[in-house]
Amino acid sequence: MTKSELILRLAEANPHLFHRDVERIVTTIFDEISEALARGDRVELRGFGAFSVKQRDARTGRNPRTGESVAVIDKIVPFFKTGKLLRERLNAD
Amino acid sequence: MSGQTITRADLSEAVYQQVGLSRNESAALVETVLDEICDALAQGESVKISSFGSFAVRQKGQRIGRNPKTGEEVPILPRRVLVFRASHVLREFINKRQ
Repeated sequence: MTKSELILRLAEANPHLFHRDVERIVTTIFDEISEALARGDRVELRGFGAFSVKQRDARTGRNPRTGESVAVIDKIVPFFKTGKLLRERLNAD
Repeated sequence: MSGQTITRADLSEAVYQQVGLSRNESAALVETVLDEICDALAQGESVKISSFGSFAVRQKGQRIGRNPKTGEEVPILPRRVLVFRASHVLREFINKRQ
């Protein structure tokens, strides 16, 4: 399912809403999560999962093909932990 | 890292501010979005949200684990796990503002 398919499914389930409003709802949700992560905040959605960010220190990496050393700068990476309910649903049978 | 926690209530509030719907309906729609994603994943479908990231279901085979406290061997049954891969756009966005 892609973002546009998600919007279509929501629009079908909510025929009273304008399509552009459904689009805005989905966009707002993911923008809000992205903004929170950019601030270093955690996003906890019970039953679904939690998004957080982790700090990765600078390190000396290696080009696996040539074996050459390369400096990798420190960075922040997003992280997702699946919620308990969703994890159980994935293994329901 | 500032360490604030964002919840459904914050997402609903953002939807309420952005779209001209009631607070109740905004909250219900946030829930519906999450439900639709969960339903798709529970059916083994992957979910790709452009400029955000993708969620995919992976099948894990059985393996022998060990109770770290007792050292006892326990079989870990085959299971399905969810993996999230952030898009390049999100990765760059998060690193831009520090």
